[in-house]
Amino acid sequence: MNAISSFTASLPGACAQGLIWGIMALGVFLTFRVLNTSDLTVDGSIATGGAACIMLIRSGVPAWTAALAAACCGMLAGLVTGLLHTRCRIPAILSGILTQLALYSVNLRIMGSKANQPVSVDKYSLMLSQRYVRAAGLSNPIPLLVMIISALIGLAYYFFGTEIGCAVRATGNNRVMARAQGIDTDRATILGLIVANGLVAFSGALLSQYQGFADVNMGRGAIVIGLAAVIIGEVVFGKLLALNFALRMSSVVFGAIVYYIVLQLVLALGLNTNDLKLISAVIVAAFLTLPNMKGGDRDA
Amino acid sequence: MLEMIDVCKTFNPGTVNEKVALDRLSLRLEEGDFVTVIGGNGAGKSTCLNAVAGSFAVDSGKILLGGVDITHMPAHVRAKYLGRVFQDPMMGTAPDMWIEENLALAARRGKKRGLKWSISERERAEYRELLAPLGLGLENRLQTKVGLLSGGQRQALTLVMATLKKPQLLLLDEHTAALDPKTAAVVLELSDRVVQEHSLTTMMVTHNMRDALAHGNRLIMMDEGRVKLDVRGEEKKKLTVRDLLEVFEI
Repeated sequence: MNAISSFTASLPGACAQGLIWGIMALGVFLTFRVLNTSDLTVDGSIATGGAACIMLIRSGVPAWTAALAAACCGMLAGLVTGLLHTRCRIPAILSGILTQLALYSVNLRIMGSKANQPVSVDKYSLMLSQRYVRAAGLSNPIPLLVMIISALIGLAYYFFGTEIGCAVRATGNNRVMARAQGIDTDRATILGLIVANGLVAFSGALLSQYQGFADVNMGRGAIVIGLAAVIIGEVVFGKLLALNFALRMSSVVFGAIVYYIVLQLVLALGLNTNDLKLISAVIVAAFLTLPNMKGGDRDA
Repeated sequence: MLEMIDVCKTFNPGTVNEKVALDRLSLRLEEGDFVTVIGGNGAGKSTCLNAVAGSFAVDSGKILLGGVDITHMPAHVRAKYLGRVFQDPMMGTAPDMWIEENLALAARRGKKRGLKWSISERERAEYRELLAPLGLGLENRLQTKVGLLSGGQRQALTLVMATLKKPQLLLLDEHTAALDPKTAAVVLELSDRVVQEHSLTTMMVTHNMRDALAHGNRLIMMDEGRVKLDVRGEEKKKLTVRDLLEVFEI
């Protein structure tokens, strides 16, 4: 009984976390599914977003402005990975790892050489806080998050329907064809990485406000959570509808929420929080395996 | 029109896999030429086309197109002058995008892409009219993913895309080799029609000597990265497969 009540009590928190990580997962969706590359920058850029946002808020910048500035920092990180990949011809995965590693030092610098920087919701006016996750009314983070995500999905839907957006999609889909149609695939790749890491850092900015601190390690394993959201979204919701682009992005966010609910469930069953990463990896591995178990093509 | 002057390309130089693909290749195409290119495996046919398209940097020599030196122009920049259809039907289209999205991408070849919506209602009507004469029913499936089409349908679509914006030069790289004989004939016939309709300068690589003789006004046989035989006009019309095989043996 105790397990059930603690699980239900944790549901609003799981939803809020799922929504915040859902934004991050949109970034992963962009690189993993649209650009068709694996970008590991995100483990670093999410922490960069959190660190930049918290430090700006602490120095008196309004929370919204701080979050947008944080997103710009993430975009810069994406640019670096993009340049390493396209100009220096370093494989995408390695480019991301290099940027991610470099960002660890950068993030420490941003946070004044501290691994952890708090921001109190009592002292600063934040966009959202964990404290109000069960409160009724406007201070509750969930409606705000739903609004932000709807706006972001709307924007992304429009962008990927434009000429430039289609060029990015074509680049991810078939590079040879894209180039034959006069698309600068290098620039399209860089652009995709910039947008993706902007989203990821923005999510980090929201996450750090939500939890009331930024931590240099807050991005560890982020890519796995992002992938989990993308895959869970596809496995659970993909079959329900012939998904258009906006619905696919929504399914990614739902995937993130499902991930956090499953995680809470597992924790409510009494598992140790130290085992969280192990559990995460197992969940992702399970969901990655699932589509292949349904007798998909063996040759692929 | 197209001028290749002493173009050289060696793959994997200095290794056991060293392969001289183009050996001081010189070639001149006149406006409106429809050249069929034949030759054995490794003769340099595809390499020649890819050198023009900019798939790799050539080691030396010059490539001029319409008087413009394109030798060092990146592939996506010279794409504005070129229409390409590949041997692999998968290569010329974006499989996860709709038919109309693929066409809209091709319609903007060589133009600056902006934040305008990628396709207009007027274009859609235009594409329907373009696809209808193919007789493949694609005009009613504009919002179908290209990945769901057959190889022949894809090659036909790629051909339409390659010529949607009239290219200065159309490059057909064994574009019917992966198709069954019947579909290959349909796509070839379509190629002929498109080339004539727009009076396109065309290079078509093929393995099929009969096709090479039946199409175009000029025939080139390549061997070891150079032109071995170059016949045109009336002379080409008299040529037979037997003649070609004889040259081939030398």
